[in-house]
Amino acid sequence: MRLSVAGLTVRFGAVGALNRVDLDVAAGERRAVIGPNGAGKTTLLDVIAGELQPTEGSVHLEGRDATRLAPWRRARLGLGRTFQRSTLFDQLTVAENVTLAVRGRLSGGWRFWPARERAVNAEVARRLEEGGIAHLARRRAASLGHGERRILEIEVALAAGPRALLIDEPMAGLSGAERHKTLERLQALPGEVTVVIVEHDLDAVFALAKRISVLDHGVKIADGTAAEVRANPLVQEVYLGAI
Amino acid sequence: MIPDRFRIPWRAGILAILALTLASVPMWAPRFWIYIATQALIFAIFAMSLDFLLGYAGLPSFGHAAFYGVGAYACALLALRQVDGLLPLLVVGAGAAALIAVPIGALSLRTTGIYFLMLTLAFAQMLWGLAVNWTSLTRGTDGLIGIPRPTLAGLEALNVSLYQRGPFFFLCLVVAILSFLLLEMLTRSPFGKTLEGIRDNERRMRALGYPSFRYRFAAFIVASAIAGIAGSLAAMSNGYATPDLLYWTVSGLALVAVVVGGARSLVGPVLGAFAVLFAQLGLSTYVDRWELILGALFVAFVLFVPRGLVGLVSRSA
Repeated sequence: MRLSVAGLTVRFGAVGALNRVDLDVAAGERRAVIGPNGAGKTTLLDVIAGELQPTEGSVHLEGRDATRLAPWRRARLGLGRTFQRSTLFDQLTVAENVTLAVRGRLSGGWRFWPARERAVNAEVARRLEEGGIAHLARRRAASLGHGERRILEIEVALAAGPRALLIDEPMAGLSGAERHKTLERLQALPGEVTVVIVEHDLDAVFALAKRISVLDHGVKIADGTAAEVRANPLVQEVYLGAI
Repeated sequence: MIPDRFRIPWRAGILAILALTLASVPMWAPRFWIYIATQALIFAIFAMSLDFLLGYAGLPSFGHAAFYGVGAYACALLALRQVDGLLPLLVVGAGAAALIAVPIGALSLRTTGIYFLMLTLAFAQMLWGLAVNWTSLTRGTDGLIGIPRPTLAGLEALNVSLYQRGPFFFLCLVVAILSFLLLEMLTRSPFGKTLEGIRDNERRMRALGYPSFRYRFAAFIVASAIAGIAGSLAAMSNGYATPDLLYWTVSGLALVAVVVGGARSLVGPVLGAFAVLFAQLGLSTYVDRWELILGALFVAFVLFVPRGLVGLVSRSA
């Protein structure tokens, strides 16, 4: 699914969070959005997902104007996301967390009796296995450790079968092994799935994304391949040569 | 931790014992206690419907008496106009409550948490004011009196009438069991799990493509309809309907029953309803200010037994 935003401006009162940001991500592209804290990266994802209405500008999904579309309608179009702070169903089990995602795509929640749901259950079992969290299936999400929560966060988003996926700092607070696992999981996504990833771990960024957009103070200061972005003097300045 | 597959029979066993104990009440209990148990059953239906909102959909309604009262008035008005028939009366009670829940839900459900609580309270108090002031329809604070109980077609020959305590108690028991089974089915269905997902994390549910407002709205209508059925039974039971039915203390008492009994379990509100009613009865015999003691009990439960009476019985579940 092609994602594009044009002239996106978000102001919270007098504070500008985004300033005329353009972004065009082709179907199947892996795009990273990087920048210092407070650059507006999460705000950008929130606007694309529909959680936040832009002050100005537009959001197009697959060429269709989605600027005014409710978040759940965008999700129905195939837009998925993960959150910076794990956003799970704490009182439900890991399996139930994944089930809600799978069911949301397959049959929805408008069934009023305990249905058997063979297709949903089979897919949930498969996904728990693939995600390496089958052993946690019966644990309540609230009882999981930080790393396990981050992994479940991604598995829930993947289980919704998105055609485009917005990923907000998947690596934050993960151990080396968990990072490796998460990266592998993201690299294994089908080629046609569009990915926009916000991440501070630059190794992961370069491993995953061909093109990188750099935000600083709500403004897009660079856009290009890894080499182009590295060579950009503005980016050098923002990252103090650490890139 | 008890594995899931053992939990269902265990619960079913407790429920069967509870139902059988209740069913035997008319055989051994004094008349007064049959009456009290009837009141408790009606209150239990009301509390279960509130628990569906509070425990499963995560909606803390402080105005649930609105639907109880509207159901009672609708049933009373119809019965006073010579409509005789159990099913029509209950259906109209449920329908009227569901109907009034449409605008109240549409407005209140735009908020959650404390704002939802305040809005539902305000709407319920408005309806209470309406019941007090719309005297041509409701006869104001005097209320509607002399509400007849429906005749049961076919059972008159057997000399069974709903004016007898035993049969009326059984009616309430049957309606309570049916309400329980209906709500139990809903909570175990994809719809119920969707509500729990929205309760836990609305943002994520939206991101997964669930229109959260619609689901909450549906839950609100269902809970209101069942509260309306409880209200209809109350009107039949008392033989009168007064604005008191809509007053905020009725909503408050149901909240106490749900919290004391244990939210997120439909058995909880049933236990809570009986406990609160018996506490009220026992305490008011000895102390004038029984509400003080009930209030203290409520605080103690919130602080020390957050999962309610049900949590005490099943520590590991």
